[in-house]
Amino acid sequence: MKPALHREPGSPQTTTSVLVVPAMHCAGCMAKVERSLAALPGVTHARVNLTARQVQVDHDPALGQAALMDALSQAGFASQPRNSADAAPPSAVKPLLAPLAVAAFACMNVMLLSVSIWSGAQGPTKELFHWLSAAIGVPAILFAGRPFFASAWGALKHRTTNMDVPISIGVSLATGLSLYETMTHGEDAWFDGTLMLLLFLLAGRALDAAMRDRARAGVDALLRQAAPGAMVVTREGQVAWFAAADLVRGMVMRVAAGERLAADGEVVRGESRFDQSLLTGESAPVVLGAGDAALAGTLNLEAPVDVKVTAAGAGTALAEIARLMEASGQARGAYVRIADRASRLYAPAVHSLAALTLVGWMIAGAGLHQSLIYAIAVLIITCPCALGLAVPVAQVVACGALMRRGVMVKDGAALERLASVDRALLDKTGTLTRGQPLPDQAAIAALPAHAAAVALALASHSRHPLSRALVETLGARGVAAAKLEAVKELPGQGMSALWQGRPVSLRRPDSASGIATMLDIAGEPAWLIPFADRLRPGAREAVTDLALLGVSPAILSGDNRAAVAEVAFALGLEAQAGVTPQEKQAAIAALQAAGHKVLMVGDGLNDGPALAAADASIAPGSASDVGRQAADLVFLGDSLDVLPTAVRAARRTMTVVRQNFAMAIGYNLLAVPLAMAGLVTPLIAAAAMSSSSLIVIANSLRLVRSAR
Amino acid sequence: MNGLAVLIPVALGLGGLGLVAFFWALKRGQFEDLDGAAARILIDDEDDEAP
Repeated sequence: MKPALHREPGSPQTTTSVLVVPAMHCAGCMAKVERSLAALPGVTHARVNLTARQVQVDHDPALGQAALMDALSQAGFASQPRNSADAAPPSAVKPLLAPLAVAAFACMNVMLLSVSIWSGAQGPTKELFHWLSAAIGVPAILFAGRPFFASAWGALKHRTTNMDVPISIGVSLATGLSLYETMTHGEDAWFDGTLMLLLFLLAGRALDAAMRDRARAGVDALLRQAAPGAMVVTREGQVAWFAAADLVRGMVMRVAAGERLAADGEVVRGESRFDQSLLTGESAPVVLGAGDAALAGTLNLEAPVDVKVTAAGAGTALAEIARLMEASGQARGAYVRIADRASRLYAPAVHSLAALTLVGWMIAGAGLHQSLIYAIAVLIITCPCALGLAVPVAQVVACGALMRRGVMVKDGAALERLASVDRALLDKTGTLTRGQPLPDQAAIAALPAHAAAVALALASHSRHPLSRALVETLGARGVAAAKLEAVKELPGQGMSALWQGRPVSLRRPDSASGIATMLDIAGEPAWLIPFADRLRPGAREAVTDLALLGVSPAILSGDNRAAVAEVAFALGLEAQAGVTPQEKQAAIAALQAAGHKVLMVGDGLNDGPALAAADASIAPGSASDVGRQAADLVFLGDSLDVLPTAVRAARRTMTVVRQNFAMAIGYNLLAVPLAMAGLVTPLIAAAAMSSSSLIVIANSLRLVRSAR
Repeated sequence: MNGLAVLIPVALGLGGLGLVAFFWALKRGQFEDLDGAAARILIDDEDDEAP
């Protein structure tokens, strides 16, 4: 990993480091992080950015990043230096804020002048006001309209059209005509309407961008947290940290229990069990000893081992999956957002109506000038103001509601696609189940109080995944740790200590099928605590609810037949076991070919291609990087009941979007005949535009409760 | 009519002032961390005196 260090040009004494602290989420965390860093000698300034989950520290170069990370870990926060490759992505909202502000300023001031004109200002006053409006309006329109002009030009260059083409044509024609009217002492100028149009449209755009920024900030914080890499044993026998990208063939990685392999390799020393569920979906750990091949992304469960790298970077099984993912995702590439679909019909209709008005009035003998004014009135009144707000406002409100339920939606198109799904394929390990071994509740309940206290105390001294799970379970039951002396950890064997003078140990059982741990207290019979992967809470309800919503669920897992059958039976679902990533993708393609819209729910690397290929996809926050990146929606909690909630919210959003469209079209049906008849004045245009936009916004706000 | 000569520049000037202030805030990074700004109000300053 490259340190994110750079010198401030003006201050040679300090450097600036940026650390990612994914666990920060409230004011208390911010205060703790900032204070623990500021308390270090040599730190001049520490400032948290909560949106990006980062802290920026100005400090003495002599003070390394390691010292900063130590200080944070003592305060209880895991942190990582920011990877320069994924520095904060450019925000989508920021470039829209300045045009939005200019449009708002100009719109308000021009409206102020227009109100006086509507109230009956005459003669030189009226002319002065028109000139003032032009002086404010023309530069403001040029500046605030840039996002639309640029996008329309881009579309025209590729010989397509989008929503921005009719907007740009309408805006430029209206501005040109208003300027001409002003110069020739004409009756009406349309600067107010044009600016209001830009203001509403920019507001819709900014909302859409804000939603994407927010969700992305959350997902990015999760992604940046995982720093893949390994401790490498050098020839001199020292151990040093290498980032995954810097690993090369022949290096020897030392992989501690609880760590994931950063590259494919061959075990050269030691023996341990490995959890390959992320890679293959197989839930039963496999035992690997010297000479066995281990794959990148697998989790070492038991003892430290040395692994010699045989393939790194682009050569690993992991990279192969990434290639598969790139090849898929056509379903999404081909998807056209509903707003763009609407504009494809809308733009030609509006333009032909305007042309018809021009020709009609010419034939009726109104003269070119008057006919042009009527035609432009049609263009302004039909400008897709409410249409531009119809989709983003509804989606932003729904995404906000989902975010409060712990579901992050990556972009609005994901909601549109999710609303149409009628088949759901669920991965088993890590998605329907927790994906990690948890102690058997019955065995835990059977432990007498003193044994539970000893088990908790022993387990709390180890970083082993089983110990961690035991600590969590016992802690949740309110067990207090016993006082131990002389605690020792024997790698691969377990923990031992003295309790009230008696030797106690938490160790690997002598013989057990599956995963288990043995609690020995001298003078008492040993306790066996079996561990098993269990269903996520809410899995059963989620599956029933999905079926009720008309989304028929099925299991698609890479795990072995027996393990899948158990879960399939418990949930009453059809299942397919032992499926490779390619086969998962093929299963989705087959359903899509049969005309179904597929929702994929998965977490592992092996689900990545399927998540990318499906029409919509959801991953749990505990998923692999690949899973989180490929999925449209990421849910943070443990419970699966957010699945039907998300589908329901997406459908409700689409209902509201359709209602909004209907209202916008209804408004046009009323206003267009008036405009074509030449009855629309700037006053009517302004009133009609703002009221239709307000109605659309009010209707969308009903979605605030859509995720309950 | 004379009132307008004063009032219009005043109105525009005040509006422009708001616009300039917004641009200043945008440049100074006031919109970089909206979540953080919302949470910062809750930080208890008295903790600073604690050892």
